[in-house]
Amino acid sequence: MSYPPVSFDTHPSRYRHWGLVIEGAVATLTMRVNEDGGMWPGYELKLNSYDLSVDIELADVVQRLRFEHPEVRVVVVTGEDKVFCAGANIRMLASASHAFKVNFCKFTNETRTYIEDACERSGQTWIAALNGTASGGGYELAEACKEIYLVDDGNSAVSLPEVPLLGVLPGTGGLTRLTDKRKVRRDIADVFCTKAEGFKARDAVKHHVVDGSFSRSKWAEGIKARVATVASAAPARPADARSITLPAVTPAVDGDTWTYRNVTVKLDRASRVASVDLRGPTERPVDAATADAGCWAFQFWRELDDALLRLRINELDIGLLLLRSNGDPALVLAHDASVAGDGWFATEVRGFQARVLRRLDNMAKTLFAIVEPGNCFAGSLAEMLFVVDRSYMLADDDGENAITLSSASTGTFPMHNGMTRLQARFPGDEDARLLAEAAAARKSVIDAETADDMGLVTFAPDAIDWDDEVRIAIEERCSLSPDALTGMEQNLRFGGPESMDNKIFGRLTAWQNWIFQRPNAVGERGALKMFGAPERAVFDYRRT
Amino acid sequence: MPINYDDRIPNNVDLSSNKRLQRALETWQPAFLDWWRDVGPVGTALDEIYLRTAISTEPGGWAHFDHVKMPDYRWGIFLEDRDMNRVIPCGDHAGQPVWQEVPGEYRSNLRRIIVTQADTEPASVEQQRWLGKTAPSMYDMRNLFQVNVEEGRHLWAMVYLLHAHFGKDGRDEADELLARRSGDADKPRILDAFNQPCPDWLTFFCFTMFTDRDGKYQLGALAESGFDPLARTCRFMLTEEAHHLSVGELGVERVLRRSAQLTKLDKNGDARAQGGIDLPTVQKWINFWFAYSLDLFGSEISSNGAEFFATGLKGRWNEAKDYTDHKALDQYYTLPVVKNGMLVDERVPMRNAMNDVLRQSYILDCERVIKRWNKALEEEGVDFRVSLPSSRFFRRQGVYSEFDFNREGELIGSEAWEKNRDSWIPSQADRDYVASLMHPVTEPGKIANWIGAPRRGINGQDVDFEYVRKG
Repeated sequence: MSYPPVSFDTHPSRYRHWGLVIEGAVATLTMRVNEDGGMWPGYELKLNSYDLSVDIELADVVQRLRFEHPEVRVVVVTGEDKVFCAGANIRMLASASHAFKVNFCKFTNETRTYIEDACERSGQTWIAALNGTASGGGYELAEACKEIYLVDDGNSAVSLPEVPLLGVLPGTGGLTRLTDKRKVRRDIADVFCTKAEGFKARDAVKHHVVDGSFSRSKWAEGIKARVATVASAAPARPADARSITLPAVTPAVDGDTWTYRNVTVKLDRASRVASVDLRGPTERPVDAATADAGCWAFQFWRELDDALLRLRINELDIGLLLLRSNGDPALVLAHDASVAGDGWFATEVRGFQARVLRRLDNMAKTLFAIVEPGNCFAGSLAEMLFVVDRSYMLADDDGENAITLSSASTGTFPMHNGMTRLQARFPGDEDARLLAEAAAARKSVIDAETADDMGLVTFAPDAIDWDDEVRIAIEERCSLSPDALTGMEQNLRFGGPESMDNKIFGRLTAWQNWIFQRPNAVGERGALKMFGAPERAVFDYRRT
Repeated sequence: MPINYDDRIPNNVDLSSNKRLQRALETWQPAFLDWWRDVGPVGTALDEIYLRTAISTEPGGWAHFDHVKMPDYRWGIFLEDRDMNRVIPCGDHAGQPVWQEVPGEYRSNLRRIIVTQADTEPASVEQQRWLGKTAPSMYDMRNLFQVNVEEGRHLWAMVYLLHAHFGKDGRDEADELLARRSGDADKPRILDAFNQPCPDWLTFFCFTMFTDRDGKYQLGALAESGFDPLARTCRFMLTEEAHHLSVGELGVERVLRRSAQLTKLDKNGDARAQGGIDLPTVQKWINFWFAYSLDLFGSEISSNGAEFFATGLKGRWNEAKDYTDHKALDQYYTLPVVKNGMLVDERVPMRNAMNDVLRQSYILDCERVIKRWNKALEEEGVDFRVSLPSSRFFRRQGVYSEFDFNREGELIGSEAWEKNRDSWIPSQADRDYVASLMHPVTEPGKIANWIGAPRRGINGQDVDFEYVRKG
């Protein structure tokens, strides 16, 4: 089945699945999924189950609350009915292509890490107020919140029934957050994850899969009190916070060319390559205190984020992204500096940039950076060089082709595992890392030969070799197995220690994607296919 | 001062305007001369040799004769002229236009093919470097050096491809070609036959007859490559390779004729008693070098062979001319293999048998030479006839390498092998004996006792022409 292209652009005025009410410091986000509002025909979003259209709106909420509603200190996620949320829609999953499932899960996973990031870095504490049953993805959404409360009505439960009912995993972080975030004992977690009906309030509280419960009669009052307590303990609204309206960043699409103000994507479908041209700012920045969403340091990254999402979900045939940049490196550094301070907006923008870079880390496409004269791989853009799988930098005669590192590479943009990308780049070579960090501290202009010596680029061919080396590298890459490449890249990009996020995107996701391919899940008699059908699933019981 | 490249390096690849090639050759060419001085023909730097130099691809341009000192030899770079309509001859891309640039997808395999072929060229020069000291005639010494400088030129031809089409990797590989050494324990040449010593002239003739003939077939298969610069390079090399083969073929024939004469001369029919090489000993040399050369084609059942064919990098002998089905997808090849101690026929997908298909073309070619040799023996009036052993005999590579076979290709035990070994392949005593005959003959027109005189000289010159002027 082929789908029309997905757009990630939405606005509260167009939400179909969520109600958002903001009263002072408290936002109440009510999940009320429109049964007929699915992204595509063929399934109904019953029991507050969700599909990508529901999650695109949720991601929009998370982002807008941070920028448009900095006064919000607590976000209460709740439902309307006896069912809070039944998780991802099974019929949607059963009918979706493997690639779509993978992309759907990746996006929902990213959104859930953004909720946690908002709790950590934006002083917006998310609380799940489960006034009905939360199963599967519904409970996983709750797990992404800082606190979970479940109504104690002798009926409502939290559960992760994926294994017993569907033959797949709670893949939106569900397993990982049980052990790593909620610190549930692993044998209890084992019981919880294989018990389809899950835990009702008493057991749920006892085993810490939720933080508390209230009876139905005391529910509203109990949640209100808890919200008040959290709100009063939350970090105060930053004094300089103001509402920054987020306009849409939709590109102008002309055939296979997508043009944003600062980013152009050109698809070469025959060779399966997308050129992603990044344009630096053309003017000096305004002060962050008066900047709006149109400032380069924010607008550029929003455009790149949108382009990455579209490339992922709409352009499955594209296997390789060639990142090039063009512009004035000094202006990039100036714009970086404009959002380098402690102010509210500057901090939020940097946090967003970091998330876009992590989105880039998660791309299941090969990333090459092509560094040519006129480039502006400086500061925040130079960090791209440490995201990509390989970089090619033209060694020109006059040293005009240069890059500039800055503090952007030494702590502004942590990876999922908390490391800087320079730390991850030089795992066994402290001297090289220190040298690069020193160059970043001085903002040295680094020519190709030096960049090559310092290990900051992969190859630095000279003008004679350049065209052939780059062409052959691209052709060679595009001829390799896309599956093997994705697996290889995702392993090599994340050297170093694991974190909860890392485990979700690596371990949990990889296992889920394996299970999603297996006949026991998606075969004719697989559990995902048979869900809701009169016959039972038939398993091949051999284990590897 | 700019170097006049065209002067120093005859070429038809527009070297004087190709910056990439110039840059590569700037460091490689001096390294090549160092290599030639270090491991090329021993003690010959001052001698003037009557050598043929290729100076163009025009008819006759490949054969310009003059007395030159070998270090001054002008190693050139030549490709056959481009056929604008040429298509990829075989495999999945058959019929599509040939590639003028390396397809990135096949870069690694192409580089490997070229490097493997290239590695044999300097290797044989290294193997043969001492032979000039014991040449049975000045004529033969000249032929040896002709072979040597042309192997050197073939190295240049392959290095050209690496330099022109493989960027930094190519330059690194070109450097490595000068760093490996035949027979070196630490940095040996890639293929085993090219690490075998070449201590005597009978070995040299067998080597040029059998091992260089493998080269002919490899070059022929690469002349069918979809990568056009490789195909064009190999086609030009084939004209030179033909000369090497004739040096080998005629060299062995002269030994056979002389051995027959000495056999008849001796009252006991013992050529050795007359200071010659007896015919059974020549047969042992044939057995040995034929088998070693068969190994060079690679395993009989080979996924590499299938891949190279499927991707159009390497064809069969005369692929475009002699075959109609260039995909070879639904065909099978019958190959006897050893199963449970018995030889049984196995059906192998044709593409996986491409190494053996090429090997069979080679064997047919060798058979033709054997016929000519036996005609010579007949003319000399002896009953002895030489023959090729089975292609399973004494193999070190491929599906037969773990078993012992007799000359007829019958499976025998290792005991039977050990028992007959010295009557089938050269023993140390045989090698010592042949080595004991190797004495230089330096007077023009004179010839060592163990080998017959050539029928005619080089380039219309007499046999006693001064082919080598000692410096």
